[in-house]
This record gives sequence, structure tokens and C-alpha cells, in this order.
Amino acid sequence: MSRDRPVIRGLVTVIVLLVAWQVVVLATGAAHFLLPPPAAVFATLIHQAPRLGHHALITLVEILLGLGFGVVLGAAAALVLAYWPPARRWLLPVLVVSQAVPVFALAPILVLWLGYGLASKVAMAVLIIFFPVTAAFFDGLRRTDPGWLDLARTMDAGPGRLLLLIRLPAALPAVASGIRIAAAVAPIGAVVGEWVGASSGLGYLMLYANARVQSELMFAALIVLGAMAVTLYFTIDRALRRALPWQPDSLPDFNQEK
Amino acid sequence: MIESRPRGGAAAVPSVAVGNARLRFGDTLLFEALDFELAAGSWTCLLGSSGVGKSSLLRLVAGLARHEPPTRVSASDGQPLAGRIAYMAQQDLLLPWLTALDNVLLGTRLRGQPVTINKVAEARRLLDDVGLGGRDGLRPAALSGGMRQRVALARTLMEDRPVVLMDEPFSAVDALTRIRLQDLAARLLAGRTVLLVTHDPLEALRLGSRVHVMSGFPATIGPALIPPGPPPRPVGDPAVLELQAALLQSFTA
Repeated sequence: MSRDRPVIRGLVTVIVLLVAWQVVVLATGAAHFLLPPPAAVFATLIHQAPRLGHHALITLVEILLGLGFGVVLGAAAALVLAYWPPARRWLLPVLVVSQAVPVFALAPILVLWLGYGLASKVAMAVLIIFFPVTAAFFDGLRRTDPGWLDLARTMDAGPGRLLLLIRLPAALPAVASGIRIAAAVAPIGAVVGEWVGASSGLGYLMLYANARVQSELMFAALIVLGAMAVTLYFTIDRALRRALPWQPDSLPDFNQEK
Repeated sequence: MIESRPRGGAAAVPSVAVGNARLRFGDTLLFEALDFELAAGSWTCLLGSSGVGKSSLLRLVAGLARHEPPTRVSASDGQPLAGRIAYMAQQDLLLPWLTALDNVLLGTRLRGQPVTINKVAEARRLLDDVGLGGRDGLRPAALSGGMRQRVALARTLMEDRPVVLMDEPFSAVDALTRIRLQDLAARLLAGRTVLLVTHDPLEALRLGSRVHVMSGFPATIGPALIPPGPPPRPVGDPAVLELQAALLQSFTA
């Protein structure tokens, strides 16, 4: 029973939004190309399913590759920062400044360097994901309970085992927060990359449809992208929750849904 | 329940001497020219109000605080103390991602020793000794505060060190649980050189073979009070109660 409730809530929200959409279309009599009615978009979703699927798959691969590389690189950077003090003095400011430059501004350069294919989009996603993961993991590594470190010292722990058995697991909940943020922003990187220069992917498809005033197709692509991003976030959130069962969830709402 | 004497044998239990100790906390001098001794194979209790520096002194013995010259910490057998102490704090310091059993085995893993069937059996037996038999698969979140402190006690025993340093280990649990834990610890840690730091006069008088009061700024340590009878002494023991009253009076005077 309790497992179904969020699904039902989600369905109710979707239905309410669809009805509101239809009402706006009927009430304003908006031109078809400005706001297509939901039924038309739905028909396009079905007609164009293979084409949408093809482009969605490419975007999904870009997002997942970006997420994978971003998390690995971010984690590696956090470890370097935590264990090599000069890196904190030299690398950390560079990282912070790199985040101040909008990724949108870097997109054309990345496409110029890495081409129109997958690589530039993956690089884009990595750039966006990297920092939240590094920041969260580094913070987690820094905040190991000093009592645990004292205990480990009286137990004659070496630095390697201390990292592996205490510091790393203690930082995992923080890493998980970083990965959740990464999962939420990864699609931005991929789609921005596709807008700037691509021959496939949902971002490309949306620009293509927009230029040809195929509003139904644009909306259909948008819906697929949204569904993909939401599914990705919740899959990752659920997997992280399952992987870290000791992490306390102090919000009562979350406990009920489990 | 069985008394668990150090498996190394009583001969391996040294006394510990702190000589000419000096410690600063920031700009404040906590103590200077302080001498203190832990008698071999018995409980020494250090009593004092919070902030007086008793935990700092324990950390000095534990090797967790940097020694300021001319501080000396030495064992009676001349061997270094490092590797021969076990530490128990006010917080249970259990790792929330490990089960009770794995928490007891933490020291073994941290030293890179193989976790053999014998080690696991020993950890199970120690959990049994502290009254947690059959709960070794539970994570700390599923245990009460008292039970978590019992796991911490089992972890301390698993280390099997001749010198045990305890920093207010029972102050975070309720009064009844505290008394049970004191009895348990007194029985299981008998025969080791124990330093118990506490702000609870009753606890010190129940458990200590010698009780010292630490007070003042910079702090000094008073002469040993020796409560009569073997520890753990009953809560209602007239001698204990009389000493407790005298101690409380001297604190508030």
C-alpha cells in the first residue's frame, strides 16, 4: 500500500497538469505552433517513438558517461585534496574559479576542440558534475569524527587502513549527496552541448524541430528528456539509499515511503 | 559470567607513571609539574569537575595529546606504552556502518591482522560476556545507548591491552544502566591497569582502588583516597556514601 502512494501522487500531478494544459489551449485559442494541445503531442510521441528513442539513447549515453567520469574524477580530486596539502593551496582556488565560468560559455570551445560527437557533450557533463562531487566528498573526508580517529590511533591503525576502513565509509553519505546533485545537473551538460553543436541527441532534435516549427516534436522531446532526468535521479537516489542503509533519514516522510 | 583477565598474563601488566607533566590549552596553562601514577593491575579513578584537565591528562597517557617537555609518560617495565593501551570514550565511537560484531573486530582489521575464525569466535564470546549474545548482527542504530556502550566495552576487551584508559565512559547513559555497566566493567577489566576519568564521585568510589581528586587552575592532583573493600562496591555501602558526602562537600566548599 504505502509503496503505491508516491506513484499515485505522481499520476495525479501529471493528470492535473495535462488538464491545465488543455484548458489553456482551449481558453486562449493559442496557435498550434505556439502551444500544441496535449493530444497532438501525445500522438507525436507515439508516431515518432523510434526517432525519439534513437536521440534519447544518445543523450542518455552522454549523461551516463558524463556522470561516470565526473564522479570518478571528482572523487579522485577530493582524495588528492584531502591527502596532499599543496593541492589544497594550489588546486582548490583553480577549481573554484573554474566553477565561476558559466559552462554555456565553454560549450563552443569544447565543441571546437572535441568535435560534434559524443566527446564534447560528455566533457561538458563532466565539467558540471565534477565540482559538486569533489566538494561534497572533500567535505566528508574532512569531517571524520575526531573520536574515531583517536580510537584508531590507540588501535595502531596505519594511514591506508584508516582511509579505507574509517575515513572513506564515513564520507560516503556526503559523497551520496554530491552524486545526487550530479545526477540532477548532468542532463544540463549534455543538452547544452547538443545545442551548441551536434547531429543527434534530444537537444539537437529540439533545435531541429524548433527551426521547422514542429512544436509537437519539440514538446515530445522535452517530455522524453524530463522523464529521463527524473527517472535517473530517482534511480540513483534509491540505489544510494540502499547502498548506505546506516544513513539516518530524519525526515519522517522519507521513512514512511520505504 | 567469566572474569576476562588479560590473556598475556598478570606479569605483563605494568604500572604507569606520569612525571613532571605540563600541558597548555591555547594560552591557558592546564597543569605544570604534575606527577601521577597508575598502580599495576588495579583501577585508579581521577575525579574532577569538567574543564579541569583530567581528560587532557588521560589523552597524554594515551599518546593522543602531544607531550610538552618536560612531560614523561613511562611504564614500570621500561617498555614503550604505545600498542599496550586500549581507549574507551564517553561516546561509544561505534562505526554506524558496521554490525556490533564488526565493530568489536575493528582493531583487528585496522592493524591488518587476518580475521580468523578464532578471532570471530572470541569477538562473539566477548559480546556474550557483556550481555549482547545473539545481537552481534545488529548495527549501532538498532541498539540502545547502554547496549552501544556494552559493544564499546567488548571492543575494548577485544584489544586485550594491559592498560585501559576510560574517559567518562558511562556518563551518557541513565543512572540504572550506569550502575550495571560499572559492575560489568569492574568484573571484566579486573587485573588490568585502568585509569577511569569521571566527574561522578559515586562512580569513582565504587570502582577505584585509588581515587584522586584533580582541581584548581593550574590543576593539581590530591592524595589517593582508598575506599575500603573490593570493587565494585555496593551503591549503598556506608563507607562509600560517607566518602561521597565528604567529597561533594569539599567540592562545593
